[in-house]
Amino acid sequence: MPIKGTDVAKKLPQRKGCKDCGFPTCFAFAMKLASGGATVDKCPYLSEEIRAELEDALAPPIKLVTVGSGEGALKIGNEEVIYRHEKTFAHAPGIAVLISDKEDEGGVEDKIAKMKELQFERVGLTLRADLFALKFQSGEKAKYEALVKKVCDAGDAGIILISEDLGALFAARDICAGRNPLLYPITKDNLEQAIPLIKQSPTPVGVKAESVEALIPLTSRLKEEGIEELVLDPGSGNFLEVLRDQTLIRRAALKQNFRPLGYPTIVFPCFLAGDGLEEILTASMCVIKFAGIIVLSDLKKDSLLPLLVQRLNIYTDPRMPLAIEQGVYEVGQPKDEAPVLVTSNWSLTYFLVSSATEESKVHAFVCVKDTEGLGVVTGWGAGKFSGDSVGAFIKKSGIEERVKHRKLVIPGKVARIKGELEEALPGWEIVVGPREAGELPGFLPALARSLTGG
Amino acid sequence: MEWTAPVEAHAGKVRELTIGYEEKVSKVGGESILPLHFFDEGFSPNPPRFALEVWDTEPEGWAEWVLEPFGDAVRDPVEWGRKCVDFGADLVCLKLVSSDPAGKDASPDEAASLTRRVVEAIAVPLIVYGSGDEKKDAQVLPRVAEVCQGLNLLLGPLVKENHEEIGRAALLHGHSLIAQSPLDINLMKELNVGLCKFAPPERIVIDPLSSPLGYGMEYTFTIMERTKQAGVISKDAMTQMPIIADLGTECWKTKEARASKEQGLAWEGITALSLLLAGANILVLRHPETLRALKELIS
Repeated sequence: MPIKGTDVAKKLPQRKGCKDCGFPTCFAFAMKLASGGATVDKCPYLSEEIRAELEDALAPPIKLVTVGSGEGALKIGNEEVIYRHEKTFAHAPGIAVLISDKEDEGGVEDKIAKMKELQFERVGLTLRADLFALKFQSGEKAKYEALVKKVCDAGDAGIILISEDLGALFAARDICAGRNPLLYPITKDNLEQAIPLIKQSPTPVGVKAESVEALIPLTSRLKEEGIEELVLDPGSGNFLEVLRDQTLIRRAALKQNFRPLGYPTIVFPCFLAGDGLEEILTASMCVIKFAGIIVLSDLKKDSLLPLLVQRLNIYTDPRMPLAIEQGVYEVGQPKDEAPVLVTSNWSLTYFLVSSATEESKVHAFVCVKDTEGLGVVTGWGAGKFSGDSVGAFIKKSGIEERVKHRKLVIPGKVARIKGELEEALPGWEIVVGPREAGELPGFLPALARSLTGG
Repeated sequence: MEWTAPVEAHAGKVRELTIGYEEKVSKVGGESILPLHFFDEGFSPNPPRFALEVWDTEPEGWAEWVLEPFGDAVRDPVEWGRKCVDFGADLVCLKLVSSDPAGKDASPDEAASLTRRVVEAIAVPLIVYGSGDEKKDAQVLPRVAEVCQGLNLLLGPLVKENHEEIGRAALLHGHSLIAQSPLDINLMKELNVGLCKFAPPERIVIDPLSSPLGYGMEYTFTIMERTKQAGVISKDAMTQMPIIADLGTECWKTKEARASKEQGLAWEGITALSLLLAGANILVLRHPETLRALKELIS
């Protein structure tokens, strides 16, 4: 936080013992304000001027902006660090797909359908794209409005309206104002004309200039008018310029606490890159380098999944091991003769085990024991994958009701828990599996055959 | 409102290392800026270098879209290496897979003479990775070093258990070293401290292990990013070596990369670009199309 509690305290009225804010003293209230645990309006004795000053000083260095509404609302901004290891990245960028009103009906339908269909399950999360970016290009307003209506009716994904023609832009806004669309681009040439129109029905605004510096007068002017739901586009012309501009904006906001650049950003790999691979690679750079919204030319299954997985990877909290829920997971459609494996709940471990099992073409049960997100060996070292605790977990997991046999495969790297586990699980035979998940395809088929044959 | 662009300058710099011999040389590292931060103050004398991997034995079970660009050359490491150069590789990375005792268990002599043939036949410098079996590598890599005397290979992996044996032999015969540690910045520094007792730090490249996208890439990413910052910003001498991201092999093992060509290229490309942005100076890829796209983008 840029302002200290002691500095906040100096601005407060210091009325002894009023406690109207709910805190015992002004000082206690000030400390709470500085740490983000209270809001300025709790003090009824502040002048308009002081309140505004404090609110400004206490605002996060990068404004949290919401695009879209309801289920489809995307929150971006409010980031606190430049590098993920300093704390964590907070709000993952929205992935948008561009649709021009010049595209033929079939192409439009296809993109709308893909937004719905391309959803991927991973570590218990659903990964998907977030927004439609609708571009006015046909010159026929009726055509653009029809596209906006069609997309609105198709689902709750967020909407970005893109039009150089302000008439078309605001007419489209009026169709979907309730969906809280992002209006783009507001530039130095249309700013004054746009301000009253934005105010009629406020929604977020994408501000575009030809450089980072040229954004400053625009965002300052909009702020004067009380328009602060802003998304920045510094007009970067290629891959390296995107990297430069995004870095300078992030540093300006966090290191200089420079308010006019304290907003999330939008980047358009769809207009920057050559072929499909270069576009998706450019987008992946934007995921790491601070973009708030990333606009793609199309949604393709084979390139969207890698990008969404990367976004997931980069935006996980580096301080927390990624864990999945304890329980029995099915790979394929296992029946009561299927092999049973046990592993830890670090999601990487689970991934490796389940994907190697899948590769073995064997239907199996994978029992995932809670190790607080540690791998098998570290989990064992920390006492969370001991024979006793694994035994207790297997008993209460319900797997005994789901299979006829009593053979449990343990990871080869913790072969040493075999004896203890046999004691904890009377009636079970403990089978020491391979040391690496990658060796499961060479191991499981024979085991599966022995279970069905015998 | 007045604004001064927050351009930064850092006190540290990554060591510069040369691989190769005579006219076949490639320099890596040497930068005092963070990756691709050309807008900051400082220098970056060498661009990230891209290597393509070559196996010493015909690979089995690779997806057709990985084999296709190389055709029959995958049966002959020398031809395969030449193809890599045609595809624009800055370096070739020879993987001595067949020396693995769990596989063909080829002898140190076989590995060494093959390496010699490859390094002489190709027009770019050579990186050599042993099988990763720490005991066998300690037999194979010193022999490779000896047979390739003076050809200045980049040789590894040197791990905690074998770094002295391999390191001393490699230096004696004029090669540089890949110091490999398992995804941990402290273990990385420990190994470098150990190596620096007898090796000049400017002969070392750091390999913190590269996990592919979706399978721990973020761990590698953050370790590389922290390593680079410790070297460039905090001037920590034990992290000022260039970094190698040997990622192609692991990426193409994933079921996602094997599902389709387009997905495989994106899987490898996104992993590579992420690690490049984190701080990798050398990226070892498998597919020439990934290499082409990455080079195109950052040029």
